[in-house]
Parts: sequence; C-alpha cells; structure tokens
Amino acid sequence: MEYIKPGKIIELFEEKFDGSVINSKIEIKTAGLKKNSYNVIWLQINPEDLKNIVKFLCSITPFPHFAMISGNDIGENIELIYHFSIYYGERFKETSISLVMHLSKKNLKILTITDLIPGAQTAEREIKEMFGVIVEGLPDLANIFLPKDFPKGVYPLRKDEKGAAKMVNKEEEVKKVE
Amino acid sequence: MNKESYSIPIGPVHPSLKEPMTFNFEIYGERIEKVNLAPGDNHRGIEFMGRQRNPIQIIYLAERICGICSASHPFAFCRAVENAAGIEVPERAQYIRVIIAELERIHSHILWAGVAAHELGFDSVLYLSWRAREKVLDLLEDLTGNRINYGIFMIGGVRRDISEEQIPRIRETLEYYKDIYGKIEDIFLNDPTIALRTKNVGVLTKEDALRLCAVGPTTRASGINKDIRQDQPYSAYADLEVKAITPDVLTGEVNGDVYDRIIVRLLELVQSIQIIEQCLDNMPSGEIVVEKKLVKLLNQLKKAKGEGIGRHEAPRGEVIHYVKLNESELPEVWKARAPTYNNLMTWVPMLIGQQIADIPIVIASIDPCIACMDRVTILNKANGQKDTLTKKDLHELSVQKTRRIAP
Repeated sequence: MEYIKPGKIIELFEEKFDGSVINSKIEIKTAGLKKNSYNVIWLQINPEDLKNIVKFLCSITPFPHFAMISGNDIGENIELIYHFSIYYGERFKETSISLVMHLSKKNLKILTITDLIPGAQTAEREIKEMFGVIVEGLPDLANIFLPKDFPKGVYPLRKDEKGAAKMVNKEEEVKKVE
Repeated sequence: MNKESYSIPIGPVHPSLKEPMTFNFEIYGERIEKVNLAPGDNHRGIEFMGRQRNPIQIIYLAERICGICSASHPFAFCRAVENAAGIEVPERAQYIRVIIAELERIHSHILWAGVAAHELGFDSVLYLSWRAREKVLDLLEDLTGNRINYGIFMIGGVRRDISEEQIPRIRETLEYYKDIYGKIEDIFLNDPTIALRTKNVGVLTKEDALRLCAVGPTTRASGINKDIRQDQPYSAYADLEVKAITPDVLTGEVNGDVYDRIIVRLLELVQSIQIIEQCLDNMPSGEIVVEKKLVKLLNQLKKAKGEGIGRHEAPRGEVIHYVKLNESELPEVWKARAPTYNNLMTWVPMLIGQQIADIPIVIASIDPCIACMDRVTILNKANGQKDTLTKKDLHELSVQKTRRIAP
C-alpha cells in the first residue's frame, strides 16, 4: 500500500466524512541525537461514524494495528479513544492514529468493530465492563476482567454514582448478584 | 470467592497471566476442538489505585505491573507523561534508558528459554539457562541498585548515571553472553527432540496474527515485520539501526510455529547485545534528568495540560500507556496495556487441533508473563465426563510425550 502523509490522511477523512471530523491535530515527535521524527494523529469524530471510519482506515492500509481503547468519565459524557497505528514495517513510517469520541451517558451505545478487526474483542469487552458502554454486535460473553459475582450496574472506572468508589469502604451496601 | 480477594477489584491492567488463568478446552480423544479463555482471576485494579497517586508515585506502581517487564511499563508511562507535558528528555538519559531496557530483554528471553525447556521436560537446560541469566541480573543490580524493579526511570530522564568504571563490567557481561550464545543456540535449534516437539506445533498463520493484532516475538515469528523500535523509533533507538527479526533470517522460511518463536527470541538476544554495544560506543555526555528537584517537577506537572501516548517494545511486545493531564495534582486518566492482552486471542488458533500434551509448550510459546495454568477443565466428548487436570498432570503428560518421541 502506498504511504500517505499525515496531513493528507486527515484531508481524506474530512473529505470522505463531511462534518464528522470535529477536531484534528498532528504531533511531530523527535528522538535521539539525530532528531529523527515520527507522527501522531489525533482525530475527534462523531461516534456514529466510527464503524465507517475504521472501514475506511482498513481500505487505506489492509491491517491497521489496533492497540487499545482508553476511556474517561467526563461528567455528561464518556470519552473513548481508539488507539491505532498504521504503516508499521518501515523505519519512522509508523503513524499512530487515535480516534476520540464523546458518548452521551444517556445513550451509551457504540457499534462493534470486531467484524473488521477481530483483535479488538478483548478491549471492547473491557469498556463494556468498566464503563457500561453497550457494544452493539458483540456477543454477550462472561466478564473478562471482573469477577463473575461482581454487582450489576457498577462500572468500576466511572467517576459518577455508578462508579466503584463506594465499594472501597462500604462494600456491604452493594448488593451481590446471585 | 472470598471477600478479601477483591476488595478493590478494578482496573483494566492485564498483568495477570502469571497468576491464575483458566482455560476450558473441549477435546475429542486427544485433539483440542474448542478453547475458552477465562482471564481476570487476579485483577488487581492498578488503574483504580493510580487515581489516588501523582505521576511520580505512579512510576513505581507501573513498575510493579509485571515483575519481569519492570523496565517496560515505567518506560512507556514516563514517555506518555513526557508527551503529555511536553518534556524533552536529555540525550544521555535516552541512551541509559535503552541500555536498561535491552538488558531486561536479555534476562527475559533467557528466562523464557528456561521455561520452554522445562515445559518440554529438559530440566537441566532450565537450570543451566537460569544460571546464565544470573549474570545480567547482577549487572542490573550494579547499575540500578536492584535485580528487578529497578526504580531507575524518572519523568524527564533517569535517576542514576552509568559511570566510566561501570562500562568495563557491562562489556564483560556482554562478552560472556556472546561466548555462551553458541551453546544456547546449539541446544535449542539443533537438538532433534526439541525440533520434533516444536516444529509445526502451535502454528499461528500470518493472516491470523494480523487479524488478531498480535504483538512482539509472537507476531514476528509469523513473518510480520512489526517492531516499535524499528517502526516508530523513540529514545536512543532513533539513532540505532534496529531491524525487526523474522525467522526467515535464519532458515529462509516462515512457519509461525513454536520453533520459529524460539528462533526469533534467540536472535533477539544477539540483537540486544549489539544495541547495547552501539549505545556504549555513541553515548553522549550531559545531564541525565531534566529536573532534579522532584517538588519542582511535580509543580510543573500540576500545571500541565495535555494528553500523550507512550509506547515501548517490551520483551513480549508492544506496551502502550495513555496519560491525560488536566492541570491537577493527579492525572485525569492513566491507561496501561500489556502485550499479553493483545496476544491472548492468538492462543485459540494456535491450540485448536493440538494434543493435550502440547498445551504447556504452546501456551508458553507466546511468553505470557509465565504460563501458569492452575486449572484446566477438560470435557471428554466420548463419554461426556468432566476432568480437571492440574498443572502438574499436564507437565507430566508433556514430559512423557518428549520421552516417547525422543530418537
């Protein structure tokens, strides 16, 4: 596959997904004595378009490397960041792409990308458990990291009343599932 | 499960494969037909704990995510914070970081070689290889003060310099490994029994490795040219010529089996020695840390706003940390991901179709922070009976198979 420069990648995304790319920035990082550099791209996108954007990413480069999903509770919304990298295999060419999304807590739903990238399954199961995000299309499997008898409706990494802070000191108040 | 075991049961760090991990296999006769993985038995909630700590305290917490990768996690974490706060690391510190990380790779790969030999029933090789590993641990103790959990990483640099007097000792240790490398290679690559037990066992095809986003030696043994030190060079790696190692360098072909994973790890030993030598030759002089006073550094981080990713090629593959700083004492988000997290799913295609006696070596072949299978449930389709095999039983089966096929 042909190498596309980071600025051009953002242009391609903006062109293809008109209005969906809310914010974008490119960071150039240098290292060592010779100060060679590599690029990091941050894109804030509309969560509804995630699947199409990942599909488009797969068309730019056949197998984008999926690293992880990080999440953050920011009050009204949950921020999810999908970390990818593309063009691995050549020196200084690998470009990190992070897709930032804000999901409203009233409608915590996102489409699965496991049909495009099967390696994302563990990460999707993790955000489901830790943030209570409903991943549509993901088979309903048992908890991957939390114990089987973990209380329902408690999402450990949330910072609101659904979080696990109350379990630290007042564990007896949290009902256990049978 | 009793209450004490999960008083803080949260945190998506996944270092736990060294600890309990349950596999459910469905077998037909001797053949594995279905694999179910059930991790999470030992989730320690490290990210949750990180919420009450400032960035400098988190370095030491990150170091304890894994006992073997104890340079990799702080390396990635420090890079994430530096990227978020816009801190430039002095060049000398970048070189010291790489030296420590590569010494760690040497000890980790030798440890893995010992474990693999043990799983096959060659316990004398286990003792000999772990004896050889002592030398690099002693060197690490000399350089950092600790054999593991080095405590040398600091945001903006490292905490200890490498003095002129220590350099001959590093070179001497590297010479020692160059001397014994021939023996290690001979044992693992030329022994007919090891070849019989590992060739065409636990095959991971190139396509599966790409689809499952595998990392580290597991993916390189399947012929994928993926190594962060090569693709996105950071620290001193940006000055050094590092090339991802695939098994065809040695044999001219890629099978993606356990044998190929042995080749990749052994060749990486040589590569690490070369990297350290290059670092010693080209090491610049100068400061080793941006800010010596920790209070001042904390104040600087308290005012910082931004987000950053830190990646590092650990012995087992890509470690990635994400940090968000938001003008407060504690970081707003800290997310860590260990390499085995991505390699977890590759066990399924590797194990299907294999025999029960091959389970230990296949599981060990991705180098999960140690393959400790406390409990394996086996459902025998022929009579519908459920048996539980302990690690001891499985090990015994594996040793018996080696004896059976040894020429």
